[in-house]
Amino acid sequence: MTMQKAIVKMLQGNEACVYGALYAGVEFFAGYPITPSTEIAEGMARELPRRGGKFIQMEDEIGSIAAVIGAANAGCKAMTATSGPGFSLMQENIGYAYMTETPCVIINVQRGGPSTGLPTKIAQSDTMQARWGTHGDYTAIAVAPSSARECFSETVRAFNLSERFRTPVIVLTDEVLGHMREIMTIPQAGELRVVDRVRPDVPHEWYRHFEITPSFVSPMASFGEGYRYNVSGLTHDQDGFPTAIPEEIKTKLDKLRLKIERYIDEITSFRTEMMDDAHVAVISYGSVARAAYQAVRMARERRIKVGAIQPFTIWPLGEIRLRELLIPIKKVIVAELNMGQLVHEIRRVAPRHTEVFSLNRYDGEVMTPHQILDKIREVL
Amino acid sequence: MTHQPLQSEVTHHYLRPKKKFPNVWCAGCGNGIVMGALIRAIDKLGLDKNDVAVISGIGCSSRMPVYLDFNTLHTTHGRALAFATGVKIAKPQMKVIVITGDGDALAIGGNHFIHACRRNIDITAVLINNKIYGMTGGQFAPTTPGGMIATTAPHGNYEKQFDVVKLAIGAGASYVARGTVYHVTQLEKLITGGLRKKGFALIDAFSNCHTYYGRMNREGDAVAMIRWFKKHAMPVEAAARIPPEKLKDKFITGLIHETDATEFCEEYHWLVDRLSGKEAEK
Ligand SMILES: Cc1ncc(C[n+]2csc(CCOP(=O)(O)OP(=O)(O)O)c2C)c(N)n1
Ligand code: SF4
Repeated sequence: MTMQKAIVKMLQGNEACVYGALYAGVEFFAGYPITPSTEIAEGMARELPRRGGKFIQMEDEIGSIAAVIGAANAGCKAMTATSGPGFSLMQENIGYAYMTETPCVIINVQRGGPSTGLPTKIAQSDTMQARWGTHGDYTAIAVAPSSARECFSETVRAFNLSERFRTPVIVLTDEVLGHMREIMTIPQAGELRVVDRVRPDVPHEWYRHFEITPSFVSPMASFGEGYRYNVSGLTHDQDGFPTAIPEEIKTKLDKLRLKIERYIDEITSFRTEMMDDAHVAVISYGSVARAAYQAVRMARERRIKVGAIQPFTIWPLGEIRLRELLIPIKKVIVAELNMGQLVHEIRRVAPRHTEVFSLNRYDGEVMTPHQILDKIREVL
Repeated sequence: MTHQPLQSEVTHHYLRPKKKFPNVWCAGCGNGIVMGALIRAIDKLGLDKNDVAVISGIGCSSRMPVYLDFNTLHTTHGRALAFATGVKIAKPQMKVIVITGDGDALAIGGNHFIHACRRNIDITAVLINNKIYGMTGGQFAPTTPGGMIATTAPHGNYEKQFDVVKLAIGAGASYVARGTVYHVTQLEKLITGGLRKKGFALIDAFSNCHTYYGRMNREGDAVAMIRWFKKHAMPVEAAARIPPEKLKDKFITGLIHETDATEFCEEYHWLVDRLSGKEAEK
């Protein structure tokens, strides 16, 4: 192998998502312009045709996610990017992707809501929507970067998880992250792991598109390869044919849950800082995590034993690992740019002796280190 | 002498062996007639089953792909054309067919419909037009004629209707035809023509929903409704020779519009070629 020269770039979070997706092997992008995510569509429109990939600007976000799912079933690694209003429009078809176990990536560059809300301002108020956005029972995967470098690596990870588990994966970033420029080194080929979906190795006539396997993940053939399977959003049997048989219904829904629940350790990932001797912890994700690290350092200068926990996977949160981290913690602050969403999950997961506090901001501004520091002092 | 397969043998060759029949359709529903015409058109063209994708939305009509032995995608209500757009762009070598209802394509899916026409993407859309929402039990559709009864128009429909043929032509489709479930040979030919056409092809297939539309509007059973199509259809060639006032209670059938325009995937392919050429020159 020849040594490649390291490529250092000054990138916006949105651009880093584009390069991350290309690194992961994205072949298809469909989207509809919306602030603050548009640079992702623009980057894809520039880069994909140059590389023989496919780009289409659809007529709306419903069509965008539909085209993405179509392309994914035709064998592509496919993605879309949007923000609040578009994410809401996509929900029905995201549910279709869960049900049909179609791998795809949806980036939501969060802005303030509800409704048109704050197109150019930051929020993390789609945290719960990323988990429960579409109707019905299902298990969602959502990941959240906090820097340009992580926008790159988490987009790669989102593709890997979606291919590995045949499920849509949501990347939650935000307006500030999307537009902020940072220096980053582009990982070289081979540096980050890139996962492709498992393909069937059985004769065409044995293939079952939704086969119950020991791992609960079914190998996936593409359209046009001779397998000729049926895909339906109706609750279906292992061959994809609609069913109304109670056992088959339950088996299908359990499959959607178990193929993710069984692999929580593989899916979840945390960064912790100064947690070794901490009594107080700050939990935050995305842009807020940056302020949290800063606040923790400031608090440490004041001899406050505080640490920080940043989950990279928001859904599923990884409750067993998180509970372990919280065992020595007396007080935990959940800092979010919303009226309190992730905090509900932390309350559910935290050990009984850990008191949970919510720190919120929802005025379209970033969370500052001082705000977090003040809260740390307040709860002491 | 080679054995000439029976019509039913041809049909069975394209039906899914694993899928248990009977189907979900009412006895006498036109959906099955359209399915037969589609199968024969595919058979005539000698298409490889592996290269055919059939994509539908939600509705009685949209249940069709489930029974067909192709690559089939039964999607969400109104979105079949958007899903199909993704499949076609990803695999341009595949024949992409969309089966949709009049509610599916023109109400909830109207936006995707006009944009699929506008892009002139190489998809053949067969719109089974029964002038009603069959699956949900007989509510009025954007195609329900004025005055007719539907469960949500119990006093008679007071809305205006879409003429899907005009809509498709206006939006840029390159092949626009109308057939009926009475004129099965013609319907098969129109679908064949649509499949041959490189570009967006729409076949508006008038069909009967005797269970709801027929019953509520006293148009009789399946046979009576299909006879109505026979009586009121006017081939486009004949219509050209007849004064307009004589066409009042008729509807036009046949290949109504055909043009040659560049197709979406082709244009995209040229772009990719152009960009790679540029890159080589540098
Ligand atoms: C988002 C959404 N809204 C409403 C429905 C309910 N629904 C199912 S089929 C249908 C209408 C079908 O009518 P049409 O497309 O004309 O097909 P037909 O049943 O007549 O063949 C409706 C409203 C749905 N499935 N999804
Ligand atoms: S309800 Fe109407 S459209 Fe649906 S299967 Fe019965 S006859 Fe056909």
